[in-house]
Amino acid sequence: MKIEHPNRPAPKAEAGTPLLTVDNLAVSYGGIKALKGISLNVNRGEIVAMIGANGAGKTTTLKTIARLLPISSGKINYDGRDLGPVSAESLVEYGVSLVPEGRGIFPNLTVRENLELGAWNHKSKSVIVETEMEVVRLFPRIGERVKQVAGTLSGGEQQMLAIARALMARPAMLLLDEPSLGIAPRLVADIFEAVARIAEAGTTILLVEQNTRLALKYSRRAYVLRTGEIAMSGNSKDLADNEEIKAAYLGG
Amino acid sequence: MKILNAIIAGVAQGSMIALVSLGYTMVYGILKLINFAHSEVFMMGAFFGLFLTVGFGLDTSPMFAGVAGTLAAMVLAGLLGALVEKVAYAPLRARSGGRSNTNTRITPLVTALGMSVLLQNLAQLLFTARYRSYPQLLPIENARTIVFVVAVVVMIALQFLVYGTWFGKAMRAVSVNVEAARLMGIRTGRVISMTFVTGSMLAALGGILYCLSQSQVYPTMGVVIGTRSFVAAVIGGIGSIPGAVLGGVLIGVIGELTKLTPYSGLQDVIIFTVLIVVLLVRPSGLLGKAGIEKV
Repeated sequence: MKIEHPNRPAPKAEAGTPLLTVDNLAVSYGGIKALKGISLNVNRGEIVAMIGANGAGKTTTLKTIARLLPISSGKINYDGRDLGPVSAESLVEYGVSLVPEGRGIFPNLTVRENLELGAWNHKSKSVIVETEMEVVRLFPRIGERVKQVAGTLSGGEQQMLAIARALMARPAMLLLDEPSLGIAPRLVADIFEAVARIAEAGTTILLVEQNTRLALKYSRRAYVLRTGEIAMSGNSKDLADNEEIKAAYLGG
Repeated sequence: MKILNAIIAGVAQGSMIALVSLGYTMVYGILKLINFAHSEVFMMGAFFGLFLTVGFGLDTSPMFAGVAGTLAAMVLAGLLGALVEKVAYAPLRARSGGRSNTNTRITPLVTALGMSVLLQNLAQLLFTARYRSYPQLLPIENARTIVFVVAVVVMIALQFLVYGTWFGKAMRAVSVNVEAARLMGIRTGRVISMTFVTGSMLAALGGILYCLSQSQVYPTMGVVIGTRSFVAAVIGGIGSIPGAVLGGVLIGVIGELTKLTPYSGLQDVIIFTVLIVVLLVRPSGLLGKAGIEKV
């Protein structure tokens, strides 16, 4: 994954300095306060995980960063720019792509058409061809099925397609929402290995995951969400050894 | 021989109906909305065609006036369709905020009926209710061939638009998952507008072709042809583009065959009977995708 975006410069943030900063973010919808002022940051080049129980606000956080949900208060800053007034449609032009929970592939389109739509923000033929080759190296199963209608793929393959489609936009930052949800364990390992390789190549990743063990294994740092607030944060290794985390999320 | 002739005439008539059906089916495909105002865009398109063809100078060069008038009328009808969407449907979508429940289905449907009545009355106000004769640009025996050829060419072009272009890909993506389409960077509002523009342009073309063979324009013409086109879209499987074409041709042929019998007045009765039978046997239409719709 070495090809740069054809018409967007690389992020200004240096490696190891914050690329995404979320400051005191509160979100309510349907009369419920889903997020009660959370702050987090993701440095350029890192994999950062958000873990927590169902309904803790993990997906809400990602959807709000992706501008699918309105902000009640607080700030989201990406590479020195305020994302508050940005629409979900234009976020991809900033270099941020969300792989949504439930994958959100287009089942009526072929795998290749799904990939091409991922490149909507540049539509550059040569970049599409190159990125498709890169993506196929990452997910060989996708390469074997480019002509297939996407709805016929297995759950794991659909998740691979969803990540591959997001990569087609040449993002500098990837937001991943529950990539292991409802997927055969063998494919989950493949997917996480691919995520690690994407990060190695320089794409910054914010990962939401219910599978705490996996999330802590693959991330450098993690935030623990509990009922819309950040309960704990730190290095993933330390958190994995933390007694409270072990008891609550790792089954003792 | 009589039957063969009737079938040929029916296919021509049906391809005209199919052009109008396509607008219903495309809008339904993308918004799950039955755009009842579509039949009035068809009627308005026919009026635009009449005025513009005369305006472009019917006496000096009828061929140029006919073609230019038709193209200009299609553009105007396209704008009208987009306007209807902007004024009536887009605000409802914005208010429902992407959530789907009974109200987000019923409210646009009733609004669509309202827009239909509004446009029909507007036409009576602007153009009066009288029947106007459409200039006979083509000898009647050629009209059928022209209608058929134009319809086929347009349908091939539409097939290319939907399956061979970025816009078509975006349209099909928006029709299954608006949120995911937005994440790709697709301006979904623009795609929806363009769908209305395309459907409305086809309706105007259908309206003008209809007038070329029937030679009359009047404000309630959308009711009869609009209903038949809508039924064609449902018979073929609403949301399916080939389905709309098949349904249109089927209705055209049924109509012409009925005229051979002493019961030509029963054309619509037969059409609706076919509709009921098709829906009993295949509830999603002839080419419609069976399956549970996810909400």
